[in-house]
Amino acid sequence: MARAAVLGRLTWQVGTVAVVREETATARTIVLDVPGWSGHTAGQHVDVRLTAQDGYSTQRSYSIASAPAPGRLELTVQRLEDGEVSPYLTDVLKPGFPLELRGPIGGWFAWDPAAAGPVLLVAGGSGVVPLMSMIRARAAAGSHAPFRLVYSVRSPDTALYPAELAQRGHAGEGVEVSWVYTRSAPAGARVRVGRLNPVVLAAPGWTPEAAPAVFICGPTGFVEAAASLLVRAGHDPGVIKTERFGPSGGQA
Amino acid sequence: MGIVSPGFKGRGGAGREKLPPGQYLVTDFPVLSAGPTPRVDTGSWELRIRTETGEVHSWDWAAFRALPSEEITVDLHCVTKWSKLHTPWRGVSLDTLLAEAETSAEYALARSYGGYTTNLPLQDLLDGQAWVAYEFDGEPLESEHGGPARLLVPHLYLWKSAKWVQGIDLLDNDEPGFWESLGYHNYGDPWREQRYWGD
Repeated sequence: MARAAVLGRLTWQVGTVAVVREETATARTIVLDVPGWSGHTAGQHVDVRLTAQDGYSTQRSYSIASAPAPGRLELTVQRLEDGEVSPYLTDVLKPGFPLELRGPIGGWFAWDPAAAGPVLLVAGGSGVVPLMSMIRARAAAGSHAPFRLVYSVRSPDTALYPAELAQRGHAGEGVEVSWVYTRSAPAGARVRVGRLNPVVLAAPGWTPEAAPAVFICGPTGFVEAAASLLVRAGHDPGVIKTERFGPSGGQA
Repeated sequence: MGIVSPGFKGRGGAGREKLPPGQYLVTDFPVLSAGPTPRVDTGSWELRIRTETGEVHSWDWAAFRALPSEEITVDLHCVTKWSKLHTPWRGVSLDTLLAEAETSAEYALARSYGGYTTNLPLQDLLDGQAWVAYEFDGEPLESEHGGPARLLVPHLYLWKSAKWVQGIDLLDNDEPGFWESLGYHNYGDPWREQRYWGD
């Protein structure tokens, strides 16, 4: 197992917001210029620190959405209704604002483009963010590793990156994208509304025999359900890596 | 202290002063783990303590549950920033489990069903600082929180409290565990904010 460990000391750095991009009604991508940032491994996250005028300070972790690149990174942040940090990042932060961060963090839930084997990505809601970094890293590196993303969302309007996923999911690109809609499907689409199920996960070429590396990210309930389905289908628990988005674990 | 974030006020409120640096309070119980949740049947469950000389002490579920247990209420601090206060557990003290072990080891490596490991100094397991817990809030510990039994070492970040604990090796030399090999701090004191290597 390749281990992309964090090396050396992680110091706080100050990035500057270059661009913000609204992704959905409640999620936004923040593009940061971070001088001295040396890139990351797809799947890793950063710690973000906010400090108030009175000295009160708090931190949260956010997955990196972009492909690895020096000096620049993108975070996609989902606003939590009762959140302390995410509403600041989605509603207050503007281009030109400073943002303190340190990273990249996490050597386990990470995909290295040097790995040629098939990769099965399973996302629930905003859990798609670190998986999107893997899809983008694959393209940026010119990798031909077969990829499949199974992406579960409540409804089409809550989906992150739908246009880009449609483009990257074109036949011949090597990335299959399958959508699961748990509450409502796009108008006119011939898809059944419902939760992630064994049939969706067991597409041709993506059975346990193909031994894909599996990355699952989403709320706890979703991750538990997806991991259980895959283990029951015969995938080796040892190749299934999970990352849970918190703090609370509703079903995506 | 970091640079001021323009327009950030923070939520404030109760609990803010009692938390280690960089932590925030939650009232639910988040789940963090690196892979699928192992389903461990108490019928085949076993806890093994192995000393540096190879001496093994083991308990099956019935023998383990027959040991004297303690009710404890502790605060939990996860490296992913959440803290949960006043959590009620029941478990067997490591002082009880290690009472018969003859050892001069200085380190311990906890091993879990599913392959997870975490290391800590043996002295951090002693003197009423650590338990193998099997009940949370009066109920059997759920598998996603580490049931049937997990290590509980609340004075360190929660990744040291190995879920699904299967054994503890007592070692003369320190051996980094799973997260400790992947960039997380070797000791993990939340009050000194020892999250990552070099902190």
